[in-house]
Amino acid sequence: MAAVQNFPFVVIMLYLTGGVVCSVLRARAAARYCLLLNAAATVLMAMTLAYTLQSGSSYIYLMGHFSAPWGNELRIGPLEALMAVCFCGVMLLTLMGGMEHIFEDCEPGKINLYFGSVSLLMSSIVAILFTNDLFTAYVFIEISSITACAVIAVNYRNGAALVATTRYMIMGLLGSGVFLIGISMLYDLTGHLLFENLGAAVRAISEDAGTLFPLTIIIGLFSVGMGIKSALFPFHTWLPCAHGNATAASSGMLSGLVLKANVFLLIKIFCRIFGLESIVSHHVPDILLVFGACAMVFGSVSALLERDLKRMLAYSSVAQIGYIYLGIGMGTKAGMEAACIQILVHAFTKPMLFCAAGGFMSVSGGSKKMDALRGAARRDPLSGAAFLVGALSMIGIPLFAGFATKLNLTLAALALHGWKTWACVAAIVLSTVLNGLYYLRAAANLCSEPEQPDPKAEPVHARYSWQFVTSMCVFIVLNLYLGICSGRFMDAIHLGLELFS
Amino acid sequence: MIRNWFRSLYHWAEEGEFSAAGEDQSPAEQEESSVCLDESNAWLAEVRSDEGFVPRFLSWLGTPAAAALYRDLYRVFAAVICLTVTIVLLVTVPFLPEFGNPDNPANNEVSERYIERGLEETGATNIVAGMILDYRAFDTLGESNVLFAAMCSVAILLRVDRKGKEANIPEIQVWRWDGKANIYLRHATKILIPVTMIFGIFVVLNGHLSAGGGFSGGTILGASLILLSNAFGSKRLEHYFSNTVCKWLTFAALMAYACLKSYSFFTGANHLESGISLGTPGALFSAGLILPLNLCVGCVVACTMYSFYAMFRSGGIEDGV
Repeated sequence: MAAVQNFPFVVIMLYLTGGVVCSVLRARAAARYCLLLNAAATVLMAMTLAYTLQSGSSYIYLMGHFSAPWGNELRIGPLEALMAVCFCGVMLLTLMGGMEHIFEDCEPGKINLYFGSVSLLMSSIVAILFTNDLFTAYVFIEISSITACAVIAVNYRNGAALVATTRYMIMGLLGSGVFLIGISMLYDLTGHLLFENLGAAVRAISEDAGTLFPLTIIIGLFSVGMGIKSALFPFHTWLPCAHGNATAASSGMLSGLVLKANVFLLIKIFCRIFGLESIVSHHVPDILLVFGACAMVFGSVSALLERDLKRMLAYSSVAQIGYIYLGIGMGTKAGMEAACIQILVHAFTKPMLFCAAGGFMSVSGGSKKMDALRGAARRDPLSGAAFLVGALSMIGIPLFAGFATKLNLTLAALALHGWKTWACVAAIVLSTVLNGLYYLRAAANLCSEPEQPDPKAEPVHARYSWQFVTSMCVFIVLNLYLGICSGRFMDAIHLGLELFS
Repeated sequence: MIRNWFRSLYHWAEEGEFSAAGEDQSPAEQEESSVCLDESNAWLAEVRSDEGFVPRFLSWLGTPAAAALYRDLYRVFAAVICLTVTIVLLVTVPFLPEFGNPDNPANNEVSERYIERGLEETGATNIVAGMILDYRAFDTLGESNVLFAAMCSVAILLRVDRKGKEANIPEIQVWRWDGKANIYLRHATKILIPVTMIFGIFVVLNGHLSAGGGFSGGTILGASLILLSNAFGSKRLEHYFSNTVCKWLTFAALMAYACLKSYSFFTGANHLESGISLGTPGALFSAGLILPLNLCVGCVVACTMYSFYAMFRSGGIEDGV
């Protein structure tokens, strides 16, 4: 076995132990350790991605001396490796971009625990991406639920953050509970937990007409569970509070990465256990399509009504999650590919927007209200540039990352027939217009001259740390790269999804 | 602050988004606790003066009548959804295989091998220990990190930082009865502690031989620490089991677990000989890594239980770093 094949396992163990190590370090040391860990993970994952793309196949990594179905194992393919390298890199950039705010918002004695939680959170995300076993996925979903609450609650001087954490915890527990009921029912029917064996067992039992109903219920439970955890439209009410009140880096990593890991797990379950054709015959994707379309429209409308920058971005996340579910709901290969590229696009864009929002807040007296943020982009031009790039990307202007999603989703929608094409195209068009309205309004507000400049007040100008500058610049470059060279990403996604079935 | 938090939470659950937190709060308190709930109202007030259908509808949403309607709808829908989910799940049950039937799909080659070859392959007389710490050790590693994550989260909420920027941190209240337990509890504890401690250690050490293991033994040890602290006061217990000890013990146990298992995962995946002898089944030093792993899990569980108790007892914990 080549050395590079060990890297996913090494990364998971590094992150797991990183959480423990950070808990005994001092704040600055923990921050440096966490950054180093993420940088190392990004490099290792990039090498794994290069390896899988070169070999054009996936491989199984045994976690122990016993082969599956007896032991645990990881499965590493191009799609998982692509997601992992993007997630690790985005996490690194998000932490760098939000570093100052972490030290401002959290109490000094708790910062090391914050970085420990972040490290554990990353371990769970990477493990969910790579695991080949449904129960292992559940264990790491538990870790991600707990640590995601912790990274919001750390900002607890903001009283609303505590309420938000509690809501998030209740909804998160509900989601993983529903998911667990699904796992136990599926285990009862098939006797397996490993994706390959589950797939074979499900194919074998689905010939029996009596199992059609329980299988539909199980697919429904998985969808609802992961839908709650990834804030799909009717279950999204926890998200604006949670992401709107956390510190900048937490908001970025929660909407950029944590939601996506859950969606990716759902894609894996759909493609590898049930198979796309079988899923379509259960009609669950149709419901996801409707929910996704509703999320795109209602999330955007809520964002349009919002006067608080971070809550506006959070509602925009609801809409963007809707795009992913729209792609999944199409029930075709092309739709899945569009959903995967949207996962990457949103992971690249939203943390950048949240970090920029953190920059605006620090030059506007800590307020996140639109009125107070008027002219913030003049005081903090770098965040302004990043916000503009992020906004254009979210609207879907060509050359920016968001265009790749809109293009691929629309192409996938046109290949469908019947009511689905019209519903998808209408939702995409309407959502794009609404995105344009609220993002451009926010950008205009940020760039315009402040209303009554107080002559006595000292003009506040942003002081940039090298970390923030690097993070914003790399985010902008990555966004343009993903927008211009989306073909490369699509090829990797296509290859990865081919290997799933 | 906690009081306000519960109040806002209650109002959220009862009345939904559009109601503000309680009226008897001072404005400052309201501002603190209801930022999240009140935001929609703030700008609703702005548009209230406007005419037209949409502004009038939106301003109606802010009225008590709308809040009452919303609350009633919320309750009705909550009941309907709960009933629907319950009925759907109950209807599914008859479609699942009959409970305890030997021909069930769950009784397949997987459990067969655990039972038939478990002793030979893991060296553990206790098949469950062999399963969770050898066959599926990755899951168990995740589980012990779940405990650690929970401990971190509680510490994030309850740790009191003396070096913080804010001076107005409330004093940690020592529990009224701390160290003032009555004589019956003290005497009973003196008799019970040696027994429970030794039993806990026995259960941890014999995890691979008999029923038990790190999780159950650690719980017994944690419970006996809590009993000690109740009977003789947390101050006396802190002489030899302070927060710092607890933190470093957890650190050492989790690191040891991760290192031992990493070695085993690495050799397993690369098809190398691990060189760990399984020993004679039934002997204390047998079953390879299971004994040290049980020790680690026991330490983590005991520390987690005790530190939860210590933090919740006084509502805070002094910064240990």
